Amino acid sequence: MNGRAQMNIVIVGHVDHGKSTVIGRLLADTGSLPQGKLEAVRESCRRNSKPFEYAFLLDALKDEQAQGITIDMARCFFNTAARDYIIIDAPGHIEFLKNMITGASRAESALLVIDADEGIKENSKRHGQMVAMLGVKQVTVLANKMDLVGFSEAVFEKLKADYTAFLEAINVTPVSFIPISAREGDNIASHSGRMEWYKGATVLEQLDQFVSEKELQEKPFRFPVQDIYKFTRSNDDRRIVAGTVAAGRVQVGDEVLFLPSNKKSVIQSVESFNTDPKHVASAGESTGFTLATQIYVRPGELMVKPGESRPEVGSRFRVNIFWVGRAPMIRNKSYKLKIGSARATVKLAEICSTLDASDLTSSQSKQQIDCRDVAECILETSRPIAFDTTAVSEATGRFVIVDNFEIAGGGVVVENLSVGETLLQQHIRDRESNWEAGLVRTEQRAIANRHRAKFIVFTGAQGSGKRVVAKALELGLFQNGMNAYYLGVATLDRGLDADLGSHADSAGERLRRMGELARILTDAGLIFITTIDDADDYDIETLKLLNEPNDILVVNMGESSFSRYQPDLQLADGGVVADAVTLVAAFLKAKEIIIDYQI
Amino acid sequence: MDHLDKLEAQSVYILREAYREFKSLCMLWSIGKDSTVMLWLARKAFFGHVPIPLVHIDTHYKIPEMIAYRDRFALEWNLNMIYGENSEALADKLTFPDGTTDRLTCCKYLKSEALKHTLSGEWPRYRMDHEQRRYVVDEGREPYTGVIVGVRADEEGSRSKERYFSPRDKDNVWDVGDQPPEFWNQFKTDFAPGTHVRIHPLLDWTEQNIWEYIEREKIPVVSLYFNQGEGIRYRSLGCYPCTNPVLSDARTVPEIIDELKSGKFSNIAERSGRAQDSEDGGLETLRRDGYM
Repeated sequence: MNGRAQMNIVIVGHVDHGKSTVIGRLLADTGSLPQGKLEAVRESCRRNSKPFEYAFLLDALKDEQAQGITIDMARCFFNTAARDYIIIDAPGHIEFLKNMITGASRAESALLVIDADEGIKENSKRHGQMVAMLGVKQVTVLANKMDLVGFSEAVFEKLKADYTAFLEAINVTPVSFIPISAREGDNIASHSGRMEWYKGATVLEQLDQFVSEKELQEKPFRFPVQDIYKFTRSNDDRRIVAGTVAAGRVQVGDEVLFLPSNKKSVIQSVESFNTDPKHVASAGESTGFTLATQIYVRPGELMVKPGESRPEVGSRFRVNIFWVGRAPMIRNKSYKLKIGSARATVKLAEICSTLDASDLTSSQSKQQIDCRDVAECILETSRPIAFDTTAVSEATGRFVIVDNFEIAGGGVVVENLSVGETLLQQHIRDRESNWEAGLVRTEQRAIANRHRAKFIVFTGAQGSGKRVVAKALELGLFQNGMNAYYLGVATLDRGLDADLGSHADSAGERLRRMGELARILTDAGLIFITTIDDADDYDIETLKLLNEPNDILVVNMGESSFSRYQPDLQLADGGVVADAVTLVAAFLKAKEIIIDYQI
Repeated sequence: MDHLDKLEAQSVYILREAYREFKSLCMLWSIGKDSTVMLWLARKAFFGHVPIPLVHIDTHYKIPEMIAYRDRFALEWNLNMIYGENSEALADKLTFPDGTTDRLTCCKYLKSEALKHTLSGEWPRYRMDHEQRRYVVDEGREPYTGVIVGVRADEEGSRSKERYFSPRDKDNVWDVGDQPPEFWNQFKTDFAPGTHVRIHPLLDWTEQNIWEYIEREKIPVVSLYFNQGEGIRYRSLGCYPCTNPVLSDARTVPEIIDELKSGKFSNIAERSGRAQDSEDGGLETLRRDGYM
């Protein structure tokens, strides 16, 4: 089988500095163009009375040729004796920055084109900054249009010195500088006779000298859980944890830990289709595992090996971010964060500094992050997530932010800051200090009601019978003369939560509303009862906080999905309903919530 | 991992991402080699299963062997197989072979229009009933909001600009100038109501990669791709009035790979046998209008 190496290269630079021409040349000079393509473009130029340019080969779309700029990134394929290349042509025009980033984020190396005649421009710097931030380690600078400056060594050396100084300021060491004329073909595929003073590699030689990224297999194992499959209807009982290995390797028999849930299991099998049996999975592979024990894990968790260095778990972290959204990033607005396979609701907590990527002037005073800003800021997710700082593992330390259905920004995590008051704690402090109470005191209500208020949450797997017990408890307490109220969560979907839609992203907001509702109903003196499927530690801790200063009681039925949280009461599933109700009532009595309960 | 392993891993990742994010998802299966490789990749992604309906647009001018092949594997691989068609245009004989339209208009009626209305659920869908082993009118009419398509970036200019996850508005229009960013492996998986998305798991594959993978995995493909002794074979499959075979002696997959690598086709565009591409505007005009 053909085991040729392949490399993605991105080509960036200011508009009109000649990126497309460089690629057109590379394709033409390596014989990579389909037969007739060159002739077709020449013919089209002749028909339209335009001089032929190599760039037209790439700018294949009509409206592009009309505007004369590369709108999107185009990919082209060519190969040298050493390996196969995909060249990603990233647009230089400032309006298309997001396309440039899309291109650059897929590349291992970058060619940065600067017009030797026009010199260093805004985007020459901006692109240098972006390429560095996206983690492209190898950058070669092409000083293009040397024919326009008389192939002058002095011009080249000046540009090299200026741009090297800029790159050093952002901690990038360029691999090389090459003086070229893409239009004339100098130093592209063969050495130019017009720049005898230049002894370095041609562009083609330089491409082959770029080194492939160090094997990710040596790093600690990271497996973002993309999905859990069970194709029972097709008579397949395997429960497969599916995803792509981001780093490291794992084998059958290895102990694994899921974060942030903290659940542990052991790899029982590596699953695949139409291959020989596998026992190992390593970085880059899209694969799946079965586990030795039945544990409840969700898509979005990070599977690691407990013996290796652990990722961070937290909900508050310092990041570097670049923003390409139409609307600025602002505080007090919920965005969606995607990191690894995890999705979380996120808010901008603090802006530390913003940077204008073109002149590298920074500001400490901006109140929002505008389009094309690079910023250092603090983000806070509504629930803890597992991640790495980018210095430890790039693949699990990069994220994007979605605003109004669009990817509006991306960045890298610099530091976990999960200490100090969270946005939720701030909210509750603020809410309580502004709570406008009536004239009836809590104790008066309790005496009149002959019971205290309580928020009772039944949890457990779907089908564990918790709803039946919860409703029976409501009825039993009511028949004993108490103010008990059961509310099914599904009821809220068409009422209080009707604006949230059915998407899983709104789970955090649903939870918040339930907690706020509990705060109100327990303040009204009720025993408020509800059920939640498979609540985890975080869900309960959030509800508990939101319900403060009132109390919560957690009853778990059957298999628990908690990792550390101890429910107040643990009941078996499938038992007699009346017995379960009696147990809960006895517990309420023991805790002095109710005074008496008659069956 | 060699280059095929990498391509496979990325495509599998994309397919799983689509399956995770889109409730109403389908995959277009043209019966050609590319979408057949894509179907195979779905079996890789879902460990032998294909939990996504496969949609084929039947123009009724497909080479008959393609339909036989489709139905054989629909049954053998337990596929949720659906086809749709433009029955009105066919009944009114508004087609190029009937002499009433040009090639591009015929494509628009029998492919683009049929596809649009089959995806939206406005026109009937026919589903393979595995017990009766024949197609029945499908009761499901909900629109597909995620459509997986086997286009490759190396096919021609406009396809090289595609995203892995590419939005289309209500009228199927593709705004080439304003595409969503795709950073690292995070794609646009959030969509406003009324819009839908096309998902392109094969974007990074070349024609040669496709054949190398078919060879490695021993994927069955329609025999029309091979020379059956007459010195001709199809390089790209479509409707018989508009698709011409190429002169070739290649009888096996390795022979096809040799032909692409160093032989007679190493410098000739793949779709050269597809007549509609050479008409004014060609594939780009068709694609803006919803053609795949």
